[in-house]
Amino acid sequence: MEIHGIQMILIFFIACIAGIESVTEEFQVHRPLIACTLIGLVLGDLKTGIIIGGTLEMMAIGWMNIGAAIAPDTALASIISAIIVIAGNQSISAGIAIAIPIATAGQVLTIIVRTITVFFQHQADKFAREDNMTGIDFCHICAILVQGIRVAIPALIVAMFIGNDVIQHILASVPEVVNGGLKVAGGIVVVVGYAMVINMMEAKHLMPFFFLGFVVAAIAQLKLVALGVIGIVAAVFYIQLNPKYNTVVVKNRSVSSNVADDQL
Amino acid sequence: MSEKKLTKRDLFKVFIRSNFHSGSFNIERMQALGYCFQMMPIIKKLYTGEERKQALMRHLEFFNTQSYVAAPIVGVTAAMEEKRANGADIDDKAINGVKIGLMGPLAGIGDPLFWGTLRPVTAALGASVALTGSIVGPILFFFLFNIVRLAVRYYGIAYGYNKGVSIVSDKVGGKLQKLTESASILGLFIMGVLVARWTNINVPVVVSTIAKADGTTEVTTVQTILDSLLPGLLPLVLTFVCMSLLKKKISVISIIFGIFFIGIIGYWAGILA
Repeated sequence: MEIHGIQMILIFFIACIAGIESVTEEFQVHRPLIACTLIGLVLGDLKTGIIIGGTLEMMAIGWMNIGAAIAPDTALASIISAIIVIAGNQSISAGIAIAIPIATAGQVLTIIVRTITVFFQHQADKFAREDNMTGIDFCHICAILVQGIRVAIPALIVAMFIGNDVIQHILASVPEVVNGGLKVAGGIVVVVGYAMVINMMEAKHLMPFFFLGFVVAAIAQLKLVALGVIGIVAAVFYIQLNPKYNTVVVKNRSVSSNVADDQL
Repeated sequence: MSEKKLTKRDLFKVFIRSNFHSGSFNIERMQALGYCFQMMPIIKKLYTGEERKQALMRHLEFFNTQSYVAAPIVGVTAAMEEKRANGADIDDKAINGVKIGLMGPLAGIGDPLFWGTLRPVTAALGASVALTGSIVGPILFFFLFNIVRLAVRYYGIAYGYNKGVSIVSDKVGGKLQKLTESASILGLFIMGVLVARWTNINVPVVVSTIAKADGTTEVTTVQTILDSLLPGLLPLVLTFVCMSLLKKKISVISIIFGIFFIGIIGYWAGILA
């Protein structure tokens, strides 16, 4: 599929916002669920966009920036794989497989940009000494825009060349074994994200709740919302019954013993 | 000299700017520039001249925490700056001490709360709907997540400003610990659900084929045996393998590539489908 002018501009714009979001992590436009949906909308295949988004989101569920550590980049991965799947007529599992190396490339690019932005930090120091408030604002905004460009330019390049016959031909010549294998791997690879979330929590004493969730979901055919309610109920029970949080009960007991003393 | 007072409007400006908190994240001082960017409406209102230069430099010091829980810290420092501008004896050290002192413990709350629970739970909910191709999925995720996030940002700033330094009190600490722990429970519970439900491994290796009397054949594969033990057993084992690999500092990307490699080889050999 050939991508025309207005679509190019919109892709550039969305990619820019996603790039910014991948560092600010505020509105979550950099998450596959949102970014792929937007690209699907622009390329006229909303449904495929949403499905790629959902699939990638499950895989990337534990990708997060903690402290100074930088996660694989969902912004670049989501946008480029959505373009390749929709405009390049690829299967969703191929799109998922392509997303992984791109996420790594995005990670490297964001580390480079975070190094470049040290310059803006120092420039801001200079502006502070000169009492130039607009200058400091400008430094912050520039640093943000560089993060946007980081994703927008690669996205634009892919969008420009995806309609090319040679590229289409290469994409079409991927052997069946690879495609099938990627599809299989796509179903397995999600566990990495789950493992990341569990590791991040670092709560060994709460691991029984992980097993509870696992067994309930494996055995009962409940919807996710219903399972969520069970999880919340378990949490409430735990907090209510945990001696660590039960100073109130001890107080009541001392009150009742006072009453007994009075009666004597 | 009249007393300098921050208004709701000033704090609202800070709230708007807080949505770009980590935007200029750099490897040297991380969110320092973003912090100063947020404090701008406050510094502008309270100081002029030499004092303003000092204030700007003060807020360009190293800062890094989970982005959303920076909100109460910004609120606390806003209150301190207001007192200082009115002549209270609060030096640079005190203000930076509060920032540095709060960012560690608050990140300890923010990370499991937002990255460990809120985002995975809302994203899993949205993605499970999105897999059917419905636009409701992304919309659900976007709104659920952002309503909570914006509320935390808005009320966090107001709360920090109103409470001042007393935000570090035990009472608040106890409440936050409860919140963090119950969120972690929900997060881990949902991870358990996802391991069982949204992981797909099938080992179609045939163990036995029994021809029944009525002419049908019953094929038993490795997968049917595993499922009869406990559905989702393989994903569960794999999750623990991944956890230990990650703890051994093996990068996420190499693990993912490893799985893709196993997937292709397994599919080719007919062990995985």
